[in-house]
Amino acid sequence: MSISEIEFQASTVEDAPAEGIQGRSQWALTWRRLRRDKLAVASMIVIVLIAACAIAAPAFAALVGHAPNTVYPNTGLSASGGPVSPGTHGFFLGTDELGRDLFVRIVYGAQISLFVGIITTLIATVAGVSLGLITGYFGGWVDGILARFIDSVLAFPYIVLALSLAVVFGPSLPIVIGVISFFSWAGISRVVRGQALSIKEREYIEAARSLGAGPWRIMFIDILPNLLAPVLVLATLSIPAAITFEATLDYLGLGVPPPTATWGNILSGAQSYYSVAWWYLVFPALALVITTIAFNLLGDGVRDAMDPRTERVFAAGRRKRKKRTPATDTPTPQLPDPPRQAMPPTA
Amino acid sequence: MSETLPRDTATTGPGETDDVLVRVSDLVKYFPVRGGGLISRTVAHVQAVDGVSLTIGRGQTIGLVGETGCGKSTLARCIAGLIPTTSGTVTFEGHNITNLPRRQMQPYRREIQMIFQDPYGSLNPRRRVGSIIGDPFAVHKTASGSKRKRAVQELMERVGLNPEHFNRYPAEFSGGQRQRIGVARALALRPKLIICDEPVSALDVSIQAQVLNLLADLQADYGLSYLFIAHDLEVVRHVSDSVVVMYLGRIAEAGPKDPVYDAPRHPYTNALLSAAPAADPEAAASRQRIILTGDVPSPINPPSGCRFHPRCPKAQELCSQQDPPLEVKAGDPSTHVTACHFPVQEGEVLARSGRTSGGQPR
Repeated sequence: MSISEIEFQASTVEDAPAEGIQGRSQWALTWRRLRRDKLAVASMIVIVLIAACAIAAPAFAALVGHAPNTVYPNTGLSASGGPVSPGTHGFFLGTDELGRDLFVRIVYGAQISLFVGIITTLIATVAGVSLGLITGYFGGWVDGILARFIDSVLAFPYIVLALSLAVVFGPSLPIVIGVISFFSWAGISRVVRGQALSIKEREYIEAARSLGAGPWRIMFIDILPNLLAPVLVLATLSIPAAITFEATLDYLGLGVPPPTATWGNILSGAQSYYSVAWWYLVFPALALVITTIAFNLLGDGVRDAMDPRTERVFAAGRRKRKKRTPATDTPTPQLPDPPRQAMPPTA
Repeated sequence: MSETLPRDTATTGPGETDDVLVRVSDLVKYFPVRGGGLISRTVAHVQAVDGVSLTIGRGQTIGLVGETGCGKSTLARCIAGLIPTTSGTVTFEGHNITNLPRRQMQPYRREIQMIFQDPYGSLNPRRRVGSIIGDPFAVHKTASGSKRKRAVQELMERVGLNPEHFNRYPAEFSGGQRQRIGVARALALRPKLIICDEPVSALDVSIQAQVLNLLADLQADYGLSYLFIAHDLEVVRHVSDSVVVMYLGRIAEAGPKDPVYDAPRHPYTNALLSAAPAADPEAAASRQRIILTGDVPSPINPPSGCRFHPRCPKAQELCSQQDPPLEVKAGDPSTHVTACHFPVQEGEVLARSGRTSGGQPR
């Protein structure tokens, strides 16, 4: 029953933008405002392009005829044995110190970055929202324990955990995903908990309880839809954080082990060659910066489109109006408005 | 001089008279007040409801009136099983439903529904109206899919909403329409009792009448019982069969509406009635206005004896010492009960100038 309810809601969310004026759902309005935000639209285009590059990475490799992890000592290295600069021998962005194609490695690196960014955000969002809802709704000792746990996660030095895990299990992609997810859910959880705490006191939650709805139904059908706006913003902003996090771990040698092409690994290799081969450092760094900026700008755009401030102003106005109604029969002394009286009618 | 209400019959089990739907006996609800500090312990109690007994008959409307903070809404939520009671019992058709666990309460939830005060706050702003009204069917698994949609549209039509609008959000409706949505939701499972917690106080006067008429029509059609909470005395008089007047967690006066409105016995009821604006200006000019002094005392530390005595124009020594029982006063019908040592006699002048007989200082 509840599954079909969720499906019902999901389908309404999906077809809402198509309904135009009639639907006027939160999502339709958000989408309409987001489309008017040029910066957000540009970010979306950039993200789509990067994603397309990542997906088409094998095609690019086939096009230029270079595999990501193959060394090309004859064409990819200069006479002195150093990396070749961009444009020589069909290497668009040059090569690294082993004679590997930097362009192909960067587009393959985009695969890892986007994959890690999206997967960890998914895990962190699902975990953060669930735990935040549970702690916020149930309260009491459940809340006490989980809130302290969230605090300790937020206070934990992540490098230490990554380091020890890398030492024990050896650096690998699953470890990277695990570490990033573990350090990303707590922030989402805390926001969701706070929202759930305030929403559970609303009258419509009491109405749901008076109908006999159980705690899970109330959490996921009544409270969750009211939380989707802040969660969506948090998730969008958590993707670039995860991408940077992953690159950091790779750079420190705690992430995906080389020779796998990731942006962090390329940057890590570049640190001893950037003085002789600027392209080795600049292009992967640009890829990282452009991706994170695009996601951050999109996140800001989504937040503006959701416009929590406008909503708050509306809610406050409504509350004020309601409170004022019973008080209208007590006349309040009206102060005269001197500036308006003093102002002569302008021609 | 008078007989007390037969309170003890409230504990009778199944097989009691059929015309009683809900019996509340000696209901008490205290909210703990916790002190500050690391280990918070209960330092006091808010005595929101303190020993209230009443019965709701089948197809009847009971009006519950009183000042803000007198425990009306707490009493309603205790009856609806939304908050646990401290002591006392609530029986529904003879079954004790006091503090039942959620699963065991489920069948009674279908019989007791609520309409809330705030038509803006009581509807989830992120859900479509069809989904909100269909909620009872989903929770109780009584209809799904197209059957539920048809039921929802029938309900919308019944309460005077356009069934085409089931796909809209609550924000797209006016206050009166939203309250109709709330009524439709409460009606969905064909309950026997609907608790209306100030259902019209947030609405315009013109809309109030429409919603009240809708409630009356539904009562006639489905034989509903209402527990109708309001602080508008005229509204309560219009809809109710009997009236219960509460003051600071206790019943001050209760009975069929005509005796209570025409010959109120409790000074508090007199004061309430005199405070209500009258439509007829001549009647308004001729009648005495009883102005109560001071505020409602704190329910954390209620006054001794009769809880109304610090504000009562008739209070005497006895009132601060002895709690007056709720009983039938001389000359009243047996259903009209008053908790007062010195009930108001017909024609008695209760205005502030009358406060000479050893009245309590402010």
